[in-house]
Amino acid sequence: MCVLCGALLSDHWAETEGGRRARADRVRLLNRVLGHYGLSLDDWAGSVYTVRNGKGGSAVVQDVGTLWQAAEGLAGRPLDPLDPGLMDTLEAHAEG
Amino acid sequence: MQRDKHPVTLLTGFLGSGKTTLLAELLAHPGMGETAVIVNELGEIGIDHHLVRQVDERTIVLDSGCVCCVMRGDLADELRDLFSRRIRYEIPDFRRVVIETTGIADPAPILFTLLSEPVVKHHFELDGVVTTVDALNGVDQLLRQPESAKQAAVADRLVVTKTDIADSASVTALESRLAQINPTAPMFRVVQGKVEPETLFGGSERDVRDLELSPPGHIDDVHAFSLILDEEIDWTAFGVWLTMLLQARGEHILRVKGLLNVGEEGPLLLNGVQHVVHPPVHLEKWPDEDQRSRIVIIARGAGRDEVERSLAAFNRAAKARG
Repeated sequence: MCVLCGALLSDHWAETEGGRRARADRVRLLNRVLGHYGLSLDDWAGSVYTVRNGKGGSAVVQDVGTLWQAAEGLAGRPLDPLDPGLMDTLEAHAEG
Repeated sequence: MQRDKHPVTLLTGFLGSGKTTLLAELLAHPGMGETAVIVNELGEIGIDHHLVRQVDERTIVLDSGCVCCVMRGDLADELRDLFSRRIRYEIPDFRRVVIETTGIADPAPILFTLLSEPVVKHHFELDGVVTTVDALNGVDQLLRQPESAKQAAVADRLVVTKTDIADSASVTALESRLAQINPTAPMFRVVQGKVEPETLFGGSERDVRDLELSPPGHIDDVHAFSLILDEEIDWTAFGVWLTMLLQARGEHILRVKGLLNVGEEGPLLLNGVQHVVHPPVHLEKWPDEDQRSRIVIIARGAGRDEVERSLAAFNRAAKARG
C-alpha cells in the first residue's frame, strides 16, 4: 500500500480492481505518460512490468507503485504529474 | 472461524497536548474494558485491569529510503506478540488496541506498519487516528513544528484540550486553524480527558462532500482543498495518477480522502496518508442524490488548480482510445 514499497505487499491498492482489462488499460495509459519522458512499458505475462529507456536500460517492476522510482532512474529526471508539458501532451491526446 | 480483526486506534498529539490525561480518563471508563494499550513511556498510565505494554521506538528503514514508509519494528513485534499470546490464553482477551505515540512521533510509519506488515495487517485494522491539540500552545506549535501540523493533518478525530484554561480567543483561533488544516476530522473540546469513548472510537465517516474549506493564508502552509469532478473517474487512471503524484510530491501531500464516482452503483471510498493508501472500499450506495466525485487533499506547496488539471488530463487520456 505504499507507492515506494509496494513490492513488499501482495496486492497494490491501485491494482486491486478490474482484472486483465484494467491492466491492459493501465499499460496503455502508462505508455502515454512514460512516452513523454522517452520511456516505454510492457506487461510481462500479466504479472510484472518492464520499463525501458531509449538507451538500452530497463527495469522490471512489480506494480505501478514501484514503477515510478525505477522510471525516474531510467529517465534521469523527476517524473511529475503536475509537469505542464506532460499535461499538455495528455490533453492533446485526449482531444485527438 | 476467522475472528474479526482487532481495531487499533492511534492516539497522537504534540508534547504536552494532553494525550496521557485523555488516555488515563478513557481507560477508567467502563466502556473501555478489554483494551490493550501500547505506549512509549509507562508514566502515569498505571491502570491495572488493562493490558499496558511499553515499547521502545525502533524503526526499520526500508531500501526505498522513503521517509514515511518506515516499518516500526517495535510496534510490529508488539502487535504480533499480543496476538500470539492471546490465542495461547497467556493474556486476557482484548477487543481493541490503543497506541499512544510520543509527542514528536511521525504517525505515517505507524500507519504503514498497520497496513503493510503481513501478520499485523491480517489480525489488526486501523480504526482511526485521534490527535490532541492543546488550546494554550496549539496555534504556535502548528506554525513552528512540522510534526504538529502533520499529526493534525492525519487525524480522523481532533481533540482540543485545555480549553478550560485557555482564553476563548485562543481556542477559536486554534479551531479555525485546525479546520483549515484538516476539515475532514470532526473536532471536540475535551477538558481533563472527560469524553465518552464512542465519541472518539469507531463511528461514521464524515462525508467529505459536506465540508466547507477555507482558503490558505499561503500555499506553503498546510491547507486543504477539494476537487469536485462531474465526470466519472476511470479508476485505473486514478491509480496511475495518484501513485505518480505521491512519488513526485508525497512529502507534501499529507492526506488524500474522497468519495469517487467510478461508474458503479455506490462510490469508492479512498483514504491515504502520504504514501500509505488504504485499500479502496466500495460503498453500496451514495449518501444522497449528489453523485459527483469529491476528493479532499491536505497539502503544502501544491495548489488546487494544477492538481485538478492534472487529474482531469489523466482521466481523459485514459478514456481516449487509440
